[in-house]
Amino acid sequence: MIRLEKRPQPSQLWTYLTPVLAVLLTMLVGGVLFAFLGANPVEAIRTIFWDPLFNAQFAGFTRPQLLVKAGPLILIAIGLSIGFRAGIWNIGAEGQYIMGAICGAAAGLAFYPSESFLIFPIMIVAGALGGWAWAMIPAILKTKFGTNEILVSLMLVYVAETILGSVSTGLLRNPEGRGFPGSRNFKQWDAAHNSDLIANTGMHWGVVFAFIAVIGAYVLLTRHMLGFNIRLTGEAPRAARFSGVNPARIILICLGLSGALAGMAGLFEVTGPAGQVSIDFGSGYGFTAIIVAFLGRLNPIGILLAGLLMALTYIGGELAQLMLGLPGASIQLFQGMLLFFLLAMDVFTNFRLRIGKREVA
Amino acid sequence: MMDLSSINPILLVASIMVSATPILLAAIGEMVVEKSGVLNLGVEGMMITGAVVGFAVAVNSTSPALGFVAAALASALLALSFGLLTQFLLSNQVATGLGLTLVGLGLSSLIGKPYEGMKSPTLPKLDIPLLSDLPVVGRMLFSHDLMVYFSLALVVAVWAFLKHTRAGLILRAVGESHDSAHALGYKVVMIRLMAILFGGACAGLGGAYLSLVRVPQWTEGMTAGAGWIALAIVVFASWRPGRVAIGAYLFGGVTVLQLNLQAAGAAVPVALLSASPYLVTILVLVIISARGAHAAPASLGRPFHASS
Amino acid sequence: MHRRTLLSTAALALTLGFGSAAAAQDVTAGFIYVGPVGDGGWTYEHNKGRLAVEEHFGDKVKTIYQESVPEGADAERAITQMALSGADIIFTTSFGYMDPTIAVAEKFPNVKFEHATGYKRADNVSVYSARFYEGRAIQGHIAGSMTKTNKIGYIASYPIPEVIRGINAAYIHAKKVNPDVEFSIIWAYTWFDPAKEADAARALIENGADVILQHTDSTAPQAAAAEAGNVITFGQASDMIEYAPTPRVSSIIDNWAPYYIDRVQAVMDGSWTSEDTWDGIGPGMVGIGEITDAVPAEVKAEALDLKAAIAAGDYHPFTGPINKADGSVWLAEGEVADDGTLLGMDFYVEGINAEIPQ
Repeated sequence: MIRLEKRPQPSQLWTYLTPVLAVLLTMLVGGVLFAFLGANPVEAIRTIFWDPLFNAQFAGFTRPQLLVKAGPLILIAIGLSIGFRAGIWNIGAEGQYIMGAICGAAAGLAFYPSESFLIFPIMIVAGALGGWAWAMIPAILKTKFGTNEILVSLMLVYVAETILGSVSTGLLRNPEGRGFPGSRNFKQWDAAHNSDLIANTGMHWGVVFAFIAVIGAYVLLTRHMLGFNIRLTGEAPRAARFSGVNPARIILICLGLSGALAGMAGLFEVTGPAGQVSIDFGSGYGFTAIIVAFLGRLNPIGILLAGLLMALTYIGGELAQLMLGLPGASIQLFQGMLLFFLLAMDVFTNFRLRIGKREVA
Repeated sequence: MMDLSSINPILLVASIMVSATPILLAAIGEMVVEKSGVLNLGVEGMMITGAVVGFAVAVNSTSPALGFVAAALASALLALSFGLLTQFLLSNQVATGLGLTLVGLGLSSLIGKPYEGMKSPTLPKLDIPLLSDLPVVGRMLFSHDLMVYFSLALVVAVWAFLKHTRAGLILRAVGESHDSAHALGYKVVMIRLMAILFGGACAGLGGAYLSLVRVPQWTEGMTAGAGWIALAIVVFASWRPGRVAIGAYLFGGVTVLQLNLQAAGAAVPVALLSASPYLVTILVLVIISARGAHAAPASLGRPFHASS
Repeated sequence: MHRRTLLSTAALALTLGFGSAAAAQDVTAGFIYVGPVGDGGWTYEHNKGRLAVEEHFGDKVKTIYQESVPEGADAERAITQMALSGADIIFTTSFGYMDPTIAVAEKFPNVKFEHATGYKRADNVSVYSARFYEGRAIQGHIAGSMTKTNKIGYIASYPIPEVIRGINAAYIHAKKVNPDVEFSIIWAYTWFDPAKEADAARALIENGADVILQHTDSTAPQAAAAEAGNVITFGQASDMIEYAPTPRVSSIIDNWAPYYIDRVQAVMDGSWTSEDTWDGIGPGMVGIGEITDAVPAEVKAEALDLKAAIAAGDYHPFTGPINKADGSVWLAEGEVADDGTLLGMDFYVEGINAEIPQ
């Protein structure tokens, strides 16, 4: 009989080994899937994991793009992870991301075509405030009426999408855009353009903020009293209350923080890679970030790595579609499998496998 | 100018029942899963798998009933992978559920490729004898297809099961405190696995209802977020079966009503109408919760490992 | 430009990976899709065009594609990667790719770009679109002639010029044959959500509409109409022939194949230049699907006459006198709308009793 036995403490070795094993397993099973779809499995796996980093034809472009793609995922996931640690379930980061983009863009466009150096900082603040305010709705409803934040934050995603559709065709529509939906393009407005800080590195302000957020979260959770209180609230809510932690305050802080970070991520995307507010601006970053947060085990460093890994499978998956003609759905399935294996292998960090009868202690 | 006389209340209610059924089926299944202490966020993935498998089987066998059965089995199978991961390998439930959604969306569109643009046999309307001939309520309530009544019967069955059977009591105990349930000798993992399979089957039925009755056709990504709404409805219902039905009908109702208001030319901003199902759901939940809500099952989402 | 040469020489020098494989073909044509190829509508038809290119040129052309590319932050990356992969011509098939296409085109002056339904051009960027409103005029004519309730339902996606133009064209021609006709418009705020589209169709039917026009991509409204009976519909984007002879009595088909073949040929010949193409029924970019026998013979004949007149250029669907909804004069007697106004259309014509949402 096979059973699991809890390790006295998490295994250092397995912490590093499990992701590697999981990726290897995914390659194996994914290879079978791709072979089944008529592609060369070795080529497919190489395209997904190797080419974005080292292919001579692409890597010069895709390597920095890994940062660009991972940046918003990490920034949002960091905010979410702090809430998740406290047992506060913000599922609506996508909505906060959208509202951040809208508010930040609107704040900037109000000053169009000023070239003041203050424009971009104002937009960042407005973006953060937009996301924060959108997250404050579930936060206040939860603290005042005990309304479940999962439902409210999720429902507000759809409301934000409707607002996005509305402002793209109305309020923020580019007056010089011949009636087409979508705002002015920020890439054509230097004061508001979130460009690479050093050309062709992918390092735009959003990526910089993502790194700052990782460090900030690390310090908060390991060195700061507030971080301790947040963790305590999640792990032992009663104990937290006895030790004088105000649960309402933790809710407001956690939801506010994750909303502000998601809003900032939205602003950095709308002024950078996306370029404009448009109907389809929201493309699921807020949901993918939930995966990133848990894949990183709610640990800031883990989130950083998980974000980069997700970005790799996205970009590698795009290359596989392009070069091998694999359907987009197979890439989605592959990502799902990778996630499954990563999560399944996790068990060996905390448990060891025992074969045979249970010993009598 | 506002002339809403063109909205026919009889047809409106009938439409609402059809519109609410897929969410209701998926939500009642997920509620049982959550009652057992497991949070499966993969409803969307299971629904769309049910949609494609149900459609494919119904087309090939020309039997929609067989399609529903196959959909339930396929989605239960998919749910089993979630169950094995979360219950035996103790993986994180939130992330595993989201992974399940990715898998379901990818898998369904691969399976569905040959079925795009096809038509399937659909479920006949029952037109219950005598009752369906009644004025007003006949058309409104008694001439639907079987699944509409099945979904409502399922709600009653789940309510009775949880409230009045020993097995239901055990399931709830497992959800409230898996350690105590384990100490009492209940097989926590097996019970949860059964609940997960049930939840999968229900989500599959909901998906198949979309592809075989409500739309009816197969197109990639056709659930378009219905699984997420089902999850929200469970929360809305504070984990109570009757309220799941109310939630699903409320949401489906406002969705259909806002489209009817647009069709009738109501002078309300379209963006507001479009967002109304979500806003109304939030509003009603706030009102309910202000009066004191029932909390989630205490062990919800927490992994269980029998250490002794 | 600099990077492009650098990278391609590197690839050649190494003859590693894909560089060598691509060299076997004369031309590589790339396609960026906004939806999955199986959406049954917009992307499905573009993909049919791609397959037609493959069939037409055989081994001489290699096609590549990427599906479900969101119009936001990911678009520019996807297009750049396609250019890097060695594509000679890239079709970006949705309006939202406009600015990303222009941005990538600047970096790859030797790659030709073709952007669908936009208006920004460059030396290596063409734009192309179809005059779908010509097909809408014919739909409007059939709809106005056949409605018994005088109520026509319209499932619209987003309030953008393309959609508004379609509503106006259909309304004008329905009104011409039936002065009592009324339009009820539902804005779905989505391009693709079968369940919502089905609900919208049902809502319109239950409110008395017996003709459903749609500007969303799925066939769900067709199915809803089939279930209701006594309701007619028109295929959108693709033929949707599986719902003929009723409820689908005709359709507008996006036929991109001739254009795509033409443009790839031009790249092959070295004769490609940046162009602005807005073709309609005449050149075959807009197809009118078979008008079924459910349409009375005389209405069918009129519709075909209308089609012939539009195709020949004898008749423009927006010919005055036409007033705007606010009563002001838009086109005087005999005046024909200019393309600029049509492209940016943001008003209803007189008689449509509704507001365009914002």
